[in-house]
Amino acid sequence: MALPIYASPLERVWYYTFRVLCALIFLFLVAPILIVIPLSFNVEPYFSFTHKMLTFDPTGYSMRWYDTLLTFGVNAPDDAVRDSSWWGMVWEQATWIKAAKNSLWIGMWATILATVLGTTAALGLSRPEMPYRRLIMAILISPMIVPIIIIGTGLFFFYSSACVSPESWLGMILSPFLSAKGCLANTHLGIILAHATLGIPFVIITVTATLSGFDQSLIRAAASLGANPRTTFFKVIMPLILPGVISGALFAFVTSFDEVVAVLFIAGPEQQTIPRQMWNGIREAISPAILAVATILVIVSITLLATVELLRRRSERLRGVTPH
Amino acid sequence: MADLTSAPEMLRTADGRPLKSALAQAQRKAKWRAFFLVAPLLAFVVLTFVFPILKMLERSVYHDGFSANAPTLTAWFAEHPAGAEVTEEAYAALVTDLAQMQKVKAAGEAGSRINYTVPGTISMFKSGARAAGKMVPPFKDALIANNKMWGDPLVWVAMRNASSPWTSDFYMVSTDMKRTVDGGLERVEDNQRIYVYLFVKTFGLSMVITVLCLLLAFPIGHLLAVLPMAKSNLLMILVLLPFWTSLLVRTSSWIAILQEQGIINDLMVWIGVIGDDGRVRMIYNQLGTIIVMTHILLPFMVLPLYSVMRVIPPSYARAARSLGATSWTTFRRIYLPQTLPGIAAGSLLVFILAVGYYITPALVGGADGQLISNLISFHMNKANWSMAAALAAILLGAVLILYWLYDQLIGIDRLKLG
Repeated sequence: MALPIYASPLERVWYYTFRVLCALIFLFLVAPILIVIPLSFNVEPYFSFTHKMLTFDPTGYSMRWYDTLLTFGVNAPDDAVRDSSWWGMVWEQATWIKAAKNSLWIGMWATILATVLGTTAALGLSRPEMPYRRLIMAILISPMIVPIIIIGTGLFFFYSSACVSPESWLGMILSPFLSAKGCLANTHLGIILAHATLGIPFVIITVTATLSGFDQSLIRAAASLGANPRTTFFKVIMPLILPGVISGALFAFVTSFDEVVAVLFIAGPEQQTIPRQMWNGIREAISPAILAVATILVIVSITLLATVELLRRRSERLRGVTPH
Repeated sequence: MADLTSAPEMLRTADGRPLKSALAQAQRKAKWRAFFLVAPLLAFVVLTFVFPILKMLERSVYHDGFSANAPTLTAWFAEHPAGAEVTEEAYAALVTDLAQMQKVKAAGEAGSRINYTVPGTISMFKSGARAAGKMVPPFKDALIANNKMWGDPLVWVAMRNASSPWTSDFYMVSTDMKRTVDGGLERVEDNQRIYVYLFVKTFGLSMVITVLCLLLAFPIGHLLAVLPMAKSNLLMILVLLPFWTSLLVRTSSWIAILQEQGIINDLMVWIGVIGDDGRVRMIYNQLGTIIVMTHILLPFMVLPLYSVMRVIPPSYARAARSLGATSWTTFRRIYLPQTLPGIAAGSLLVFILAVGYYITPALVGGADGQLISNLISFHMNKANWSMAAALAAILLGAVLILYWLYDQLIGIDRLKLG
């Protein structure tokens, strides 16, 4: 959008004003995310730049808040020697590391569930002969639209009532996954199921978007060349929709990794996740340690975004769409 | 020459079946095959999403706190239709039930059920239950001596309504209504109308946030649409980054920026706009909710706007200019109408998401920046399950209407993520 040669002076002024305005809006979008990175290295327990930080005095910066992430909750003196046994203790006891392990574990299983179920369903939904397509699609997307507080409330009621007696054969089989009373409340399984549900709309949206550019005659071509449906799926369909599946999976993972409300409603003390720990940190005594966690998460999200962008371009190249 | 007027012979497949039925069968099979691919997920979503919500809806109309603990009085209500005079027999039934409640320590539970519609009755039930064992006839006078509210006809109306576990009372309270002595409905006193006010405030704030998002998204959507692809792709990442960043991260960084010892206040003090004692409170209030939610929901407005703006041919605007339109007229009459589908899609999406927002108002909303979701959570924490469920059901109804509208206007299959 170069400025045309016949532009009037007023238009010239507006052209540059518009650019500045847009720059300010982009700043509004990104600055709050990037600003946590320098702030997390503050040596003082403040949420603002100190004089030393602004003059780039090295003593104004430190890693102390990252250190806090490792030592918080560890039952060891501050001046303990950091040998392998100390690191072992950190790995077992540190509150944030325990939370990270929980978050990754829950996120992984929720993503696998959402991706497998979501991709299969998207394949069915994109077939022209699918009955009640619109209604079913509306139901499957709704976990993204319905306020999370409502889902959390519903899950709370459902999980505290949906119990199997631990003495029954079903309860015996499921006992490692259920709480002592045989309920889904306060279990990892309960959160995994809830998070998978929240991730499903993202998988459905990204995979159906990829499938919309999918040439259905390729399936017939494969069949005419003697491939059975399974071979067709793994050799023809899967490679073409894989970028969409991976983006969907990443969306589902991020959704689970960032989810706090459902966890607040249905989790017990054993299911402490990173967002829940952050939630507590923000509500109670907010310290720059939160910003250190935030910095790590920002770096993770930048990585994920880059992955998704690369996948999208690859998918467009494969489908012959000119990249934009 | 073939006789064209005679009935054509029925078309058959190679194995002699009529083609029509063979085709219908094949189509039915294809339908089932497509459905079987969707079925596992549908079953999963019904179990983990639809069923919990139905359970919640059940809670919003079901509460047996009183009916289960007052069987004798419930039986009396069943025998005597509404409007019947409250006799000594009814008081005797009540005393029997109160004595039983004292034994199983259920007076608080029964009282809190009545307390939803008639405030101040929990303590009345508790003290009544404590004294019930030693009461002697006439029970009416004994109870009224214990607490004169026992003679209040409103309490009896409330108890009659609570004698069935199925009730619409929670929806009544959620809309700031109360029952009158003759069984009608009226609005509660002005100073107690909290729920309708909060619903209105939630919708109002969501509207403000939607408009702010639109105002901010329109320029950058336009810029992204007209820039060359390579540049606009780069800038698009700036829009998508907030989308991928944890909500709690964004909220905590806004706390760092806006709080009284935060970056903006420090900056203003340093420049000299305000004194050190005149720091502005920009967070933990309604303003904080608006700023942070606008930031969080902005990408949801930019993406649909951008996808509509990108396909608007620039030649229309040029044609308008060449026909003598000023740039303002061109924008108003040519460009803006073409962006309307994007404006509708983005605004509806942002509004739907804003109405049910919970995390941000809870963390940065302070006292006056709370939305209806926060009240639902408040009632959940206080174990007022049915009250929370009724409020959630009303919110759900509003969101589903908007969702239906979105589906009709835009179509959910056109929802895109980056």
